[in-house]
Amino acid sequence: MEVGNKLDTDNVKQIREMEMEKKIESEVSENMDTHKAPYAKYEVPDPIVEVNDLNLYYGSKQALKDIYMDIPKNKATAFIGPSGCGKSTLLRCFNRLNDLVDDAKVEGEILIDGEDIYNPAVDITELRKNVGMVFQKSNPFPKSIYENVAYGARIAGENKKSVLDELVEKSLKGAALWSEVCDRLDESALGMSGGQMQRLCIARAIAVEPEVLLMDEPCSALDPIATGKIEDLITQLKDTYTIVIVTHNMQQASRVSDYTAFMYLGELVEYDETEKIFLTPSKKQTEDYVSGKFG
Amino acid sequence: MMNKFFKSGDPFVWLTGVALMFSLLMIAGLLWLIMAKGLGFFWPTNVTKLELKNDTEIMGEITAHEKIRGISGKSETEVDEYRTQLKIGNRDLYGLDFRWVDDDQIASESKPPYAVVMERREWGNFYGFIKEITEDGNAVCSGNEECWAKLEGDIPVYAGIYKEIRKIEKGEIGGINRQIENYRLKIKGVELKSGDESKIKNYEQQIAQEEQKYKEKEKELEVLYKEFTREKIVMVSVDGREKEMALGNVVLAFRPNSMNWFQKASLYAQRAWGFVSEEPREANTEGGVFPAIFGTIMMVLIMSIVVLPFGVLAALYLREYAKQGTLVRIVRICVNNLAGVPSIVFGVFAVGFFIYGIGSSIDKFFYAESLPNPTFGTGGILWASLTLALLTVPVVIVATEEGLAAVSREIRHGSLALGATKFETTWKIVIPSAMPAILTGLILAIARATGEVAPLMITGVVKLAPQLPVDGYFPYVHLERKFMHLGFHIYDVGFQSPNVEAAKPMVFTTALLLIFIVVVLNLTAIIIRNRLKKKYTTSAV
Repeated sequence: MEVGNKLDTDNVKQIREMEMEKKIESEVSENMDTHKAPYAKYEVPDPIVEVNDLNLYYGSKQALKDIYMDIPKNKATAFIGPSGCGKSTLLRCFNRLNDLVDDAKVEGEILIDGEDIYNPAVDITELRKNVGMVFQKSNPFPKSIYENVAYGARIAGENKKSVLDELVEKSLKGAALWSEVCDRLDESALGMSGGQMQRLCIARAIAVEPEVLLMDEPCSALDPIATGKIEDLITQLKDTYTIVIVTHNMQQASRVSDYTAFMYLGELVEYDETEKIFLTPSKKQTEDYVSGKFG
Repeated sequence: MMNKFFKSGDPFVWLTGVALMFSLLMIAGLLWLIMAKGLGFFWPTNVTKLELKNDTEIMGEITAHEKIRGISGKSETEVDEYRTQLKIGNRDLYGLDFRWVDDDQIASESKPPYAVVMERREWGNFYGFIKEITEDGNAVCSGNEECWAKLEGDIPVYAGIYKEIRKIEKGEIGGINRQIENYRLKIKGVELKSGDESKIKNYEQQIAQEEQKYKEKEKELEVLYKEFTREKIVMVSVDGREKEMALGNVVLAFRPNSMNWFQKASLYAQRAWGFVSEEPREANTEGGVFPAIFGTIMMVLIMSIVVLPFGVLAALYLREYAKQGTLVRIVRICVNNLAGVPSIVFGVFAVGFFIYGIGSSIDKFFYAESLPNPTFGTGGILWASLTLALLTVPVVIVATEEGLAAVSREIRHGSLALGATKFETTWKIVIPSAMPAILTGLILAIARATGEVAPLMITGVVKLAPQLPVDGYFPYVHLERKFMHLGFHIYDVGFQSPNVEAAKPMVFTTALLLIFIVVVLNLTAIIIRNRLKKKYTTSAV
């Protein structure tokens, strides 16, 4: 019985030690307000954007609460949720477009390629060239189609016609618009149909060669055929760019995205692979939303 | 029941319709008045010869016919009596151009076919008959029929000689005088600064050279003048008095009583063209108004060049960059109120600030040699244009702000999201989109400025300017020169001229011309604006 006793004592000691560690850890974590998530951060392969402890306030109203998430590279991630849940707000944090709102205050960090974009030393124009955006209502500039797509390059200082020609063609092909407009590049961009204008905005955004492409409900103003074309486009663009898409349309999210994040009232409720979210969600809120019980 | 009638809205429709009609009628009435009195100025009216009951004859153009009350004592019943006004011309013979004749003094009237109307370089019009033409003292032809063809052929020849003379006088001799003046100023400048003897001698040599050139030009002129006065024409007025004058003195001659409609129409076109292309004669009561047209348009152009950047930049700052708060609102209210300040106040301000303030400083630093004669320290086309720019800047600011506010936020965000700075977005996207509104502001500014006269009178407009502000001598655009202006011309011709009767028709014609210029300027800007609008706002959706 001596051996047994010894083992027992050892085990008990070990267990007691482990318990002590846990207690200290939990005490420590309760007292320190470090970037430790209230929930476990969902691991994605090869993250390009990392959001840590993001809180956003519009004046005194808190619009985003304790967001921890990673966006995987070269995949499409969808943000879904009811109106006012903060998905567009979160999206606009990625290219610091929220800076334009006077009373918006951001706490926390967002790392893109390992660098915190909210660091005051960051050059915002470089950031926005790296993180492109397509808006809900297509907003082509009142210029020709060619000039719209070449705008980003001209801003960067490129003015050689041959280089711009190539870039415009490549971007329009990448946006699946080249065949429709190749013979009228000098016409006004405002003379196109809605779906074409949105694809032009996509071409314009990828002409700057960003790493991440943000899309804020890009198809909500379009008819189903145009929507289908853009969804096909997203599937193609995934190979070159990281896509983050905000959408109201859950079928679209399930068709197009690899990962989906469900948000509600400014909080990230659940974030997982799209299949899991739609077929086997782990939270009841998520299940209620995707099955249409509210939203 | 009445209530129902009012409620139905019909009376309101009628009321608004009537108000619009009234406004249109007033505008149309004004335009019609100006056109009727102004366009008729060039039509060659027939020459009437009146034989009076006291056996005298007078001849001229009938210019007015009005009713005078019956003279008391003539009869119990009031008889309507009339009198006629004739432009009899021949101021060198009669001393006055116009004469009133009571209608009951007229015995008979006729329209002699050979009566000639002659516009001259001096002494105004001549109405009479040709007696003879002499060359070097010898009669070449005599009588109305013979001499008419010769006269018609010679007038263009002498017009050419006159142009030559003017070219030498104004152009070449003027240039020589200018050079001499330049050298004199340079001498004075050297004296003031260093007193370098060799330089002064150099300049004096140059002056001597110029004076030599001057003598040569004088000889040329002599020859031309001889040529100019070689032929003389002797005219006879209706009462038999003779007048000899050089053939070169005749600008235009025609016989309205024997001209058919087409000839009159072509003469009309010729005179109308002369009006806008020639220089004024006879203290602005005759001749053309070309210098005034030139001065007006040049002043409007300089004003536009100044007001557009300042107005647009100010509006940009107010709308885009300034923090929107009480201070910005106060500034905006002040800018809007600036549009209500009477224009003469701007003129007075300009005299104090621009002319006496900035102008005399410029003189002290750059033109010290000419002092005490002011260069920029007195009125000129630059100061006049700046005054008007100040006057119209609120209009441009307000219109530009409206245009900037209309550019949607999505477009701005779209540009920023592509990595453009706010400056790049403003410059490349916002301003081009707001261009139609900016041009509207410019149109309003031009329309307002072209008609303003009061502030110009004290900042650089003169009755008669010897030179245009633009000529062939460096620096080609002379911003310190005084200039002529159509609006001021109207005032001067109508109220300040020594011969008001002769000048009256010109007032309306000049007013018509001014309106026409404003319409042309506005139309140009409107066409540009419409093209830009089409470019920027076509949308299939």
